[in-house]
Amino acid sequence: MAYNKKAAEDYAAKNNIPAFKGVFANSPQLEDITTKQKRKLKPSLEDVIKSSGLKNGGTISFHHAFREGDKVVLQVVKKLAEMGFKDLTIAPSSLLNCHDGLLEFIKSGVIAKIFTSGLRGELGEAISKGIMNTPVQIHSHGGRVHLIQTGEISIDVAFLGVASSDEFGNANGSHGELSCGSLGYAKVDAAYARYVAVLTQDIVEFPNYPASLSQDQVDAVVQVDEVGDPSLISVGAARLTKNPRDLLLARIAASVIENSGYFKAGFSLQTGSGGAATATTIFLGEKMIEKNIKASFALGGVTGSIVDLLKKGMIEAIADVQSFDVDAAQSLRDNPAHTEISANEYANPSSKGAYVDRIDTVLLSALEVDTDFNVNVLTGSDGVLRGASGGHCDVAAAANLTVIVTPLLRARMPCIVDCVNTVVTPGKTVDVVVTDHGIAVNPNNVDLKKRLVDARLPVTTIEELQKKAILLAGKPDPIQYTDKVVAVVRYRDGSVMDIVRQVAS
Amino acid sequence: MKINKRGIAGTLESSDVMVVINPHDSQEIKLIVQSKVEKQFGSSIRKTVKDTLTKCGVLSAVVDVRDQGALDCVIRARVEAAVYRASDEKTVKFGDLS
Amino acid sequence: MRLRRSMMFIPGANAGMLSNSYIYKPDSVMFDLEDSVSLTEKDSARFLVFNTLKENLYGDIETVVRINGVETPFWEDDLDMAVRAGVQIVRLPKTETVEEVKELEQRIAKIEKDCGRTIGDTKIMAAIESACGVVNSVAIAKSTPRMVAIALAGFDYLVDMQTSRSSGSEPELFYARAAVLHAARAAKIDAFDVAYGNVNDEEGFLREVEIAKNLGYNGKSLIHPRQIELLHKAYAPAQKDVDHARKVVAAAEDAEKKGLGVISLDGKMIDPPVVHEAQRVLLLAEHS
Repeated sequence: MAYNKKAAEDYAAKNNIPAFKGVFANSPQLEDITTKQKRKLKPSLEDVIKSSGLKNGGTISFHHAFREGDKVVLQVVKKLAEMGFKDLTIAPSSLLNCHDGLLEFIKSGVIAKIFTSGLRGELGEAISKGIMNTPVQIHSHGGRVHLIQTGEISIDVAFLGVASSDEFGNANGSHGELSCGSLGYAKVDAAYARYVAVLTQDIVEFPNYPASLSQDQVDAVVQVDEVGDPSLISVGAARLTKNPRDLLLARIAASVIENSGYFKAGFSLQTGSGGAATATTIFLGEKMIEKNIKASFALGGVTGSIVDLLKKGMIEAIADVQSFDVDAAQSLRDNPAHTEISANEYANPSSKGAYVDRIDTVLLSALEVDTDFNVNVLTGSDGVLRGASGGHCDVAAAANLTVIVTPLLRARMPCIVDCVNTVVTPGKTVDVVVTDHGIAVNPNNVDLKKRLVDARLPVTTIEELQKKAILLAGKPDPIQYTDKVVAVVRYRDGSVMDIVRQVAS
Repeated sequence: MKINKRGIAGTLESSDVMVVINPHDSQEIKLIVQSKVEKQFGSSIRKTVKDTLTKCGVLSAVVDVRDQGALDCVIRARVEAAVYRASDEKTVKFGDLS
Repeated sequence: MRLRRSMMFIPGANAGMLSNSYIYKPDSVMFDLEDSVSLTEKDSARFLVFNTLKENLYGDIETVVRINGVETPFWEDDLDMAVRAGVQIVRLPKTETVEEVKELEQRIAKIEKDCGRTIGDTKIMAAIESACGVVNSVAIAKSTPRMVAIALAGFDYLVDMQTSRSSGSEPELFYARAAVLHAARAAKIDAFDVAYGNVNDEEGFLREVEIAKNLGYNGKSLIHPRQIELLHKAYAPAQKDVDHARKVVAAAEDAEKKGLGVISLDGKMIDPPVVHEAQRVLLLAEHS
């Protein structure tokens, strides 16, 4: 039968299916041969915002791969303020000290609500003093993805700073002058935001590979002067710390892992950043080489010290959600055994498979640990927001062995207390606490305690450590709070773990 | 012990405390404390400073304390050193400080 | 028997280090009032060390105070503070003659009497830091029952000898190391080897530890906490030595139980010094 346009239209109308209205009817972007390839390229950030359709009260998101070097959040919020936006919700994957400048936009009403993993600096202090009407929602890295998937965080526009992008939005964090390494957090925003804008200093020839963020997710690309300062990303370089107390803690922590029963061929590990964690990685690496025990993979927050073990062949692979220093970023770019993973793959409890589920041993830090082994990584001993949930509760929940490392006292402040100011990671998911005054093993892990005692490590109890802290420092007066809730700590499954109240003045 | 001049001891490093003692025009101790652990240990620090001044026999002084989380034994040491530096006493009587 | 492997220096004017250095668990800690303390902080360092000692922060760790030399205007105040605070050992720097030790001893006795400490309770360690000190080391080591150890200090000694530190076998310290150690052993007291200045050079430090250990030194003066574990590890006895020591000590205990005057193991007779050495090996094993 010959082509019968009328019959097709009738069938369409009868069955409620759109009839063909011309090749470009539903893809007008293809009509003009001169603009079709450059249509995503916007001349300015303002044009991006205009074409995004963002409205007052909308939600915008960012990633924090540039850490203290981030230049996107304030750049965008400043522009939104200039354009007169109000009552926005911001949902960055985390906030750091470099974001203190947000304070003025909270005061002026541009920002009304915040979702974040962390709060620090003047911003954390001001929020602890009750500057916001709506409590900040604190999530873990895995929990953020869960909140996005359940729709509680509903991103209208994601502003994602990248090292390089082509004009079609194929973008990555590892190739380009302003490199941040993994875009693990941004990948989630690119997948779920209604409108995805890529900001970069470096627009490169199409196609830009690897495409960590892919053209089919990206709506707009804009060139900006700076997305971040890579020199400020580093939070724990590969060189060994000179702080003798960190070295002491690291030696004990490495011995704990060595004697935990999990230190055998094919084990997997995560060690995080910071002086003691980096040193532990180095000491553990020495033991791996000495006993020729190779790890199947390392996860995290990746530092140069982990990369070094990959290079030496002691770790088979690295799964990298965030690169903590230049070495990690370079390795991600150059080494095929070093893979970029999204926060969903990293730690989301409701994803179909998170890497944390396959971790044997993890080393984590703490601001406070209490005698029930609950860990606070969010509020200081003065009750003020000065930390981040991060992947702490995610990996603690999933790992076979969770090791917390903390000094007993920071100056005069006890870090082992009878009750933490804020619970981020529940004690049930913590196996052992390493301090400079001894090791405490969670009583629910009898076998581990026996192994560590047999290895002649300085095992004591959490209660003894807490008593020792009081003996040395004196008993601190409790912090006074008002009834106002300033932040809500959401567990990785979205449930409310704890609330943070306004500190009384 | 009589406070005749300004006496300073200690540093602003972590776990230390800087104590500045000046003569006072009335027979009382005027105590100003700034501490990074004020909320948790403010009252304890004031007590330690006052007890140490009493032990040194200081009845009149303006005492300015900048604390960086020092333990009690460090606070005592810094107050004692500042007191001696602010007095005309040359020989320290460690026996009396026990 | 007390192990004296590690004697860690802590600058007496550093509040932070005084407040927490016991976490590194050296065998002995030496609060320094001498070289690490500037002239303007001699007084404040005394108050810090006094209060640290009174607080008993260091528990089982042996406490030492290094006073300023007897040629300075500081040493008498240093000593008064240290003895009254209950320090276990006073370290006298730049010891050259028996007379200096005698003067120190008399002064200590006077303070002990004044503050109610048992006379003789405060021990002395002489630091040998010059050619004269090395030559007189036997007499110095035997000068008083208070003397529990002597320590060789390399820096001033090498200046006095018109030489400097080399790497490798360190011939410049040959004589002094041997002489000071012999003086200690002849007096039946302990001996500390020199401090190793470059804290970042683990290899060089361990090479020097090997020399001191093989000569027979009890331990070393240390200037950084990270040297402690390295040193203790290097002094840890081999398993076969520990096994043998256990047998020797068991044989000795067996002999004592049975009231035998002679100790024998595997048919061979064992002298009391061998038993003593075995006990030392077990103590080392226990603390390494």
